[in-house]
Amino acid sequence: MSFVSRGFHGRRRSDADPSRVPPGQYVTSDYPVLSAGPTPHTALEEWSFSIGGEVDETRSWTWEEFRALPSEEVTVDIHCVTKWSKLDTVWRGVSVDTLLDGVETSAEHSIQYGDGGYTTNLPLADLTGGKAWVVYEYDGEPLDPEHGGPARMLVPHLYFWKSAKWIRGLRLQQEDEPGFWETNGYNNYGDPWKEQRYWGD
Amino acid sequence: MEGAALLGRLTWQLADVVDIVPETARAKTLALDVAAWPGHRAGQHVDVRLTAEDGYQAERSYSIASAPNGARVELTVERLDDGEVSPYLTEELHSGDRLELRGPVGGYFVWEPAVGGPVLLVGGGSGVVPLMAMIRERAAAGSNVDMRLLLSSRTAEDVIYRDELERLAAAGLTVTHTLTRSTPAGWTGYTRRVDAEMLAEVGPGTDDRPHIYVCGPTPFVEAVATALVSLGHQPDRIKTERFGPTGG
Amino acid sequence: MEALMLDGNAVAGLLHETFGGEMTTATGTCDACGASQQVGAVHVFRGAGVVLRCHRCESILAKIVVRQGHACVDLRGFRSLIALRGTSEP
Repeated sequence: MSFVSRGFHGRRRSDADPSRVPPGQYVTSDYPVLSAGPTPHTALEEWSFSIGGEVDETRSWTWEEFRALPSEEVTVDIHCVTKWSKLDTVWRGVSVDTLLDGVETSAEHSIQYGDGGYTTNLPLADLTGGKAWVVYEYDGEPLDPEHGGPARMLVPHLYFWKSAKWIRGLRLQQEDEPGFWETNGYNNYGDPWKEQRYWGD
Repeated sequence: MEGAALLGRLTWQLADVVDIVPETARAKTLALDVAAWPGHRAGQHVDVRLTAEDGYQAERSYSIASAPNGARVELTVERLDDGEVSPYLTEELHSGDRLELRGPVGGYFVWEPAVGGPVLLVGGGSGVVPLMAMIRERAAAGSNVDMRLLLSSRTAEDVIYRDELERLAAAGLTVTHTLTRSTPAGWTGYTRRVDAEMLAEVGPGTDDRPHIYVCGPTPFVEAVATALVSLGHQPDRIKTERFGPTGG
Repeated sequence: MEALMLDGNAVAGLLHETFGGEMTTATGTCDACGASQQVGAVHVFRGAGVVLRCHRCESILAKIVVRQGHACVDLRGFRSLIALRGTSEP
């Protein structure tokens, strides 16, 4: 790539602390919307979140039950594999540790599944220990359907495709099962600090 | 020669910007010379790629505004206030610069005289660009196929190609405007968003089985396509080119 | 109304690069509902990669992920895909 467009800088921000920006990423101040399909619109009366699979007992929460769980506000940086990063994003939600509290499992893998058919896989260890939340507010407001509302997964230490929008549940498994993008050229793990974007990275 | 295009191979090429002409307060036409340009068909577009010094790249698609005509390619770009590429193309780029592009592509959204008529073109704002290529192609070919343009713009000052459309409107080409935000004194044309009633008044009837092309921001295209189907036009005669939520 | 959706024609360049020729005029049949459509008229969504969906039932027709020198393509949603080749069209 040798050609440079004279005078073009793009809209990214150049004042970010470089130690917070993974290799190959650019910081944005807006919030690009990417989607693999039409925006689902699930009525809150029909919404539920479940944890199932290799567990002693399936857990499920209605929207009221979910909102009654202890929640926390978190400020994190997010990194999309399409190269934009957004720093200091503020969310409110329930820690996955809270959701898994009391769940007995020998599973090492998990699948997130959401309305619209999207799936993404993660080692269970990447969802626990204060690393993941099911969030329903962004920037102090209810999460917009366009951005994954009513609720989405938030796993900021990995590329953002590992945080499923329109989340409806987690399935815990002994076997790893590559999800929607992992089966189509993206990396199975997705660590932005090692720039694990694609298969073979 | 860098980026030389072989027929059938699609590669990124460097075009020379030879002229930049304002069309409206926010839109400009870029006249480009592209060596080894294979020619194009009215309605096709190019992908434009900008690269910053640190390697950051942004890519957008722009419809070709000019009728097929040798190696000269014209793109009309409307500046979006919060855009990333359009402000660069309309405010920073100047003659003598080079622009990386790939094309022509998009054989689906194409009209040429062999397709015949009648033709209904419905454009929203800068959605008029590929439709204008079709209108210019019709004029260059000396065709008198029944072609009708219904163009929705915010104000009279926002109408792209206004004078040229007025000049070309004759011998089977009808141009109808609707202004949705404000109208000049003495305006007798439509003053609302395109709807089924307007399309029925302006367009060919469903029995004529017109070829219909709709282009503009996604909400505009959705509303127009729905209205056309509600009038009884066959969905497979309606070709749409959505520009996305921000209009391109 | 789906504000993010584009037509297949919008990714004509990507398709041409991936398949080696003009694909918007190719005709695909949806494996889920049997609908036949020109690729230029399918519904396109841009996520981490590009997703083509049936304009009638929104089932996935294809997924395309491109990185330098490679394209990863899932065409399982197409029951068939017929493209003209060998013409002099640009």
